[in-house]
Amino acid sequence: MTLLAVDSLSKTFGRSSRRGAQREVEAVVDLTFNIEAGEFLTIIGPSGCGKSTLLRLLAGLEQPDSGQITLQTQPLPDPSDRQGRFGYMPQRDTLLPWRTVLENVILGVELAGGSRETARDEARQLLPLFGLDGFENNWPSTLSGGMRQRAALLRTFLAGYDILLLDEPFGALDALTRRMLQQWLLGVRTRFSKTILFITHDIDEALLLGDRMLVFSPRPGRITADLKIDLPDPRDVNTILEPDFLTLKRNALAHLKL
Amino acid sequence: MRAARLVLPAAVLLTLAILWELVVWGLDVPKWIVPSPSAIWQAFWEMRALLGIHVAQTMLEVAIGIGIAVAAGVAVAAAINFSPLLQRAIYPLLVISQTVPILALAPLLIIWFGFGIAPKVIVVTLFCFFPIAVNTSDGLTSTEPELIDLFRSMGATWLQIWRKVRLPAALPYFFSGLKIAATYSVTGAIVGEWVGAKQGLGIYMLRSSAAFKTAQVFSAIVITSLLSIALFLAVFALERGMMPWHFDER
Repeated sequence: MTLLAVDSLSKTFGRSSRRGAQREVEAVVDLTFNIEAGEFLTIIGPSGCGKSTLLRLLAGLEQPDSGQITLQTQPLPDPSDRQGRFGYMPQRDTLLPWRTVLENVILGVELAGGSRETARDEARQLLPLFGLDGFENNWPSTLSGGMRQRAALLRTFLAGYDILLLDEPFGALDALTRRMLQQWLLGVRTRFSKTILFITHDIDEALLLGDRMLVFSPRPGRITADLKIDLPDPRDVNTILEPDFLTLKRNALAHLKL
Repeated sequence: MRAARLVLPAAVLLTLAILWELVVWGLDVPKWIVPSPSAIWQAFWEMRALLGIHVAQTMLEVAIGIGIAVAAGVAVAAAINFSPLLQRAIYPLLVISQTVPILALAPLLIIWFGFGIAPKVIVVTLFCFFPIAVNTSDGLTSTEPELIDLFRSMGATWLQIWRKVRLPAALPYFFSGLKIAATYSVTGAIVGEWVGAKQGLGIYMLRSSAAFKTAQVFSAIVITSLLSIALFLAVFALERGMMPWHFDER
């Protein structure tokens, strides 16, 4: 079943220079793709190619110049239609420093007007799975980078959206922590029936985690390839060493023109 | 650790006081020109009952003045950040207003508002308003756009964004402003009293100096400093209480 349909989405940003002249920057051009319910779709492309713009368009933070976004056969033309419909996790660390871990992760439920007590109970049950057991009353500033990202992920999971939009969630972490979190996410994913749109600039990460991968061209971002990732489950860190994986990677690199 | 950091400055202060005492004693400086620390202490102790009344009056002016400055400063900061038009219209004036010498305004305030508490409160408010308004405004502006984006993507209302992001994010800035205001405020009240008052530390200083009771002037100066320090520490304690995440290493 198609959960989300993106049709001919384009966005150009007008930037005014110091002299007042308008300079137009095409961010994304004519993006068309679908996501099936429960699918893990990774998007890879060079930096500045408009991957983040796509997520911001979906999350209702930007308005496309043309094109349509349809969620479960329901078109969402205005930003306000899309706000509160996707679990968006921005690239930068966005835990609120003045809230404990527990109060941070229930934010989505709180903003939607749900019961905070119920949300806290649910969060407490999930803390061990997210490696945050015993840290519920910590301030975010006392957590490691990996823990902060897991807390932000838990917040996104708990908010109760069907589709999660994750913008390079592991991008700022060191290579070892990133490997650990990839492994962890593979495990967690099977526990939740979430549909995930995952942006990354790490090709191993894109292939290891995804069911399918979209390759973006350099700016302006267009989809240059839509690759099915037929790797057997369960995957683990060693998957990236197998011949099937390397074949996929070679193919993907060819599309990235690297 | 923290107590240890106080030991050195305290030792220097004590040494200076002892030197001062010895020099005044050794050179036989007249008491009405430079009184010794012990004479200042004696002047304080003898006048302590009367001083209490003056201190109470001054601190009342300070409390009301800071209260008004906080309310007005936060309101103006919020208004400026609510509308870009207001921001462009008011913010430069706010900065320019700092070039107006508040000391020179004090006599005018007496003409307009008489010899009651009002002109002193206004002087304190004028001293305190600016650091609170500007710092809070900067704090509200500096909210990380990513946080606001996150809230918008979650469908938050503007009221939720203000209450749950912008105001807490501005708190550290507000407290920087309030700490500056607190240190200015006692001096502000005393300046207001100098121009004309019946009670207060300022008027006590004037009367003492007119009578060449120099030791009493010095004791009032020391009390002014101590009150400013106490106020600063009170704000600091409030800050710790309201922003535990800023200080706790939990």
